[in-house]
Amino acid sequence: MKKILRILCLALCVIMAVSVCACGPSEKKGSVETIKIGLAFPMSGMAAMAGKYSTHGADVLKEELGGKITVGDKEYPIEFVVMDTEGSEEKTANVYQKLIEEEKVIAIAGPDSSKCMLAAAPIAQNAKCPAITSFGTNTAVTEVGDYIFRACFIDPFQGAVAAAYCDGQGHKTACIMFNNADAYSVGLKDAFVENYNGEVLAIEEYSGSDVKDYNVQLTKLAAQNPDVLLLPNLNVELGLQIQQARTAGLNCQIVCGDSADTPDVAKVAGPAIEGVAYVSAFSAESTDEAAKKFVDAYVELHPDELPNSNAELTYEAVKMIVWAIQNAKTLDRAGVRDALAAIDGLDLPSGKMTMDPETRNPIKGGIIMQYDADGITRYVSTVNP
Amino acid sequence: MATILQYLVYGLQLGSVYALLALGYTMVYGIVGMINTAHGDFLMIGALGTYFIAKLFDSMSIDGTYPMLAVGCIILIATVMTGGIAVGVEAIAYRPLRNKPRMIALITAVGVSMFLTNFPRALPFIGPNPRPFPTLFTPKTFNVLGASITSTQIIMIVLAAVTMLALDRLVAKTKIGAQMRAVSMDKDAASLMGINIDKVISITFFIGGALAAVSGICYASVYPQVEVYMGSWLGNMSFVSAVLGGIGDIRGAMLGGFILGIAQIFATAINSTFGYAVGFIILIVILLVKPAGIMGKVTIEKV
Repeated sequence: MKKILRILCLALCVIMAVSVCACGPSEKKGSVETIKIGLAFPMSGMAAMAGKYSTHGADVLKEELGGKITVGDKEYPIEFVVMDTEGSEEKTANVYQKLIEEEKVIAIAGPDSSKCMLAAAPIAQNAKCPAITSFGTNTAVTEVGDYIFRACFIDPFQGAVAAAYCDGQGHKTACIMFNNADAYSVGLKDAFVENYNGEVLAIEEYSGSDVKDYNVQLTKLAAQNPDVLLLPNLNVELGLQIQQARTAGLNCQIVCGDSADTPDVAKVAGPAIEGVAYVSAFSAESTDEAAKKFVDAYVELHPDELPNSNAELTYEAVKMIVWAIQNAKTLDRAGVRDALAAIDGLDLPSGKMTMDPETRNPIKGGIIMQYDADGITRYVSTVNP
Repeated sequence: MATILQYLVYGLQLGSVYALLALGYTMVYGIVGMINTAHGDFLMIGALGTYFIAKLFDSMSIDGTYPMLAVGCIILIATVMTGGIAVGVEAIAYRPLRNKPRMIALITAVGVSMFLTNFPRALPFIGPNPRPFPTLFTPKTFNVLGASITSTQIIMIVLAAVTMLALDRLVAKTKIGAQMRAVSMDKDAASLMGINIDKVISITFFIGGALAAVSGICYASVYPQVEVYMGSWLGNMSFVSAVLGGIGDIRGAMLGGFILGIAQIFATAINSTFGYAVGFIILIVILLVKPAGIMGKVTIEKV
């Protein structure tokens, strides 16, 4: 019995020794370790469609990189670790935990919703792992801490894009009607007023969505005869407002925020929708060089679909991380964070992007889209405010 | 001058919706003696119903406009349907409580209102999203002294006035009108005189529901968007109109509706937030100064 035990022990020792030996050299070989980037997106559940587009956007960059990344004069293998958030807050938090602790990713891109990002961001912040939400527009997201970034612009920034567009078009005078009970509407209006170089002739307001009659305010604005009417309002209100504005005799250029990007607005407004412009994050029709390159590469990989904003913003988020890895002073999470905060004039499909180091919100170009007579949206221009 | 005239047109447009809705409100109060807070939701059911019925008639539409016959059918079906739902609501929710204290009927009415809003909202094919209302009337625009007025607006204003007159005559001259007045005066005595109270009240609710549907169709024709929440604000405003005119009085409801609509538009012209609040300010003032309303007679009994 004792003999058997002794033999067993010896065998165990031998096995352990061998395994240690086996590990030893391989660890040395791995000194050029793989750089991992985490992708946390909803691959199943209600938001699975957004997740599909997001990962397809990341695929474009994966193809560009070809599995390796050059940092300084060294080449590292790079890997994208995709995990499913199911669009739920708890699951997203778990995914973040796993990516940070088990997969040891250097940075995380996604998820796309503010709700899920708000649940997961404190985990990344505590672990000091940089994270970029692709489409989380809520201002509170990046306020979680200095390791949290976003690839999309926050809502009020659309006001600045609209102002830059109006200036670029040579519109000298503007009128605004906004919803004084809604943060989106107030934010856009403030940003527009702050950035617009022309003259704001009059600002009218209304309270909440209960009242559907804007005739009085619009009649008053029509008397000012402005070049532009800014309607930074919710989609449930916009259709009626556009219709009533045209009836009230406001035949000037109408500019809205991205809330106008729903087919129902066009349906409610009817023929009045023709010529209405709105701010958007991305359009596959964009004629911008970087955008075209991205769209072509995307369509080559996924011939059945055109990239949407989710795909494009995810591509940009991962692109920012890749750029940061290449330009980090030290190749670790802190180094990547510092590099992300220092992005200045990076060429992206949506235009040139600069990261605001204070708020960690991007300062980037926006797209102006316009409705035609049939209520179909068309790309107009890319604006860099 | 042209601007003031234009505001007046907008005020009458809004006022005619309030007036049509307030007519049903005030009739139910006058005859049954209860405040049916779910009345605004009948408007929503009428408008949403029209949306879905118009979808069924989709094959008859040419370029999104319907032939007159189809429009007539759509409006008729939606109106009768909403009237029927109003009768059903009365039979199921209010009738068993008729002899209970008034407060209980009022609380039930609030519950019915919540149900009527949230049940369609929970149905997958309706849901909470607003929908574009189909174009039933193609409006022609006329220019009167610098103000523009559309044919739809004229139809609405005339419709409200004609309906008010018809209802007034119905209550004053016809046999069913006499029965309604009798029920309003004393239910038990009316019953002893051989009046079928259930029938009279059902007819009252049917008329109220049908009028709510018509006002819903009018409203959605000038503000072409329907959603399940649209009834609550309009219900509140029509309640204010009914109280302002003297709740229970048919001519008062119409007057109250137009006054409120015009007051709202002119108040908005001064300040939009004031325009939002003016309905409630009027309600408070009228209750303080003349609780019976403009046309109302002072009675001892109050809710």
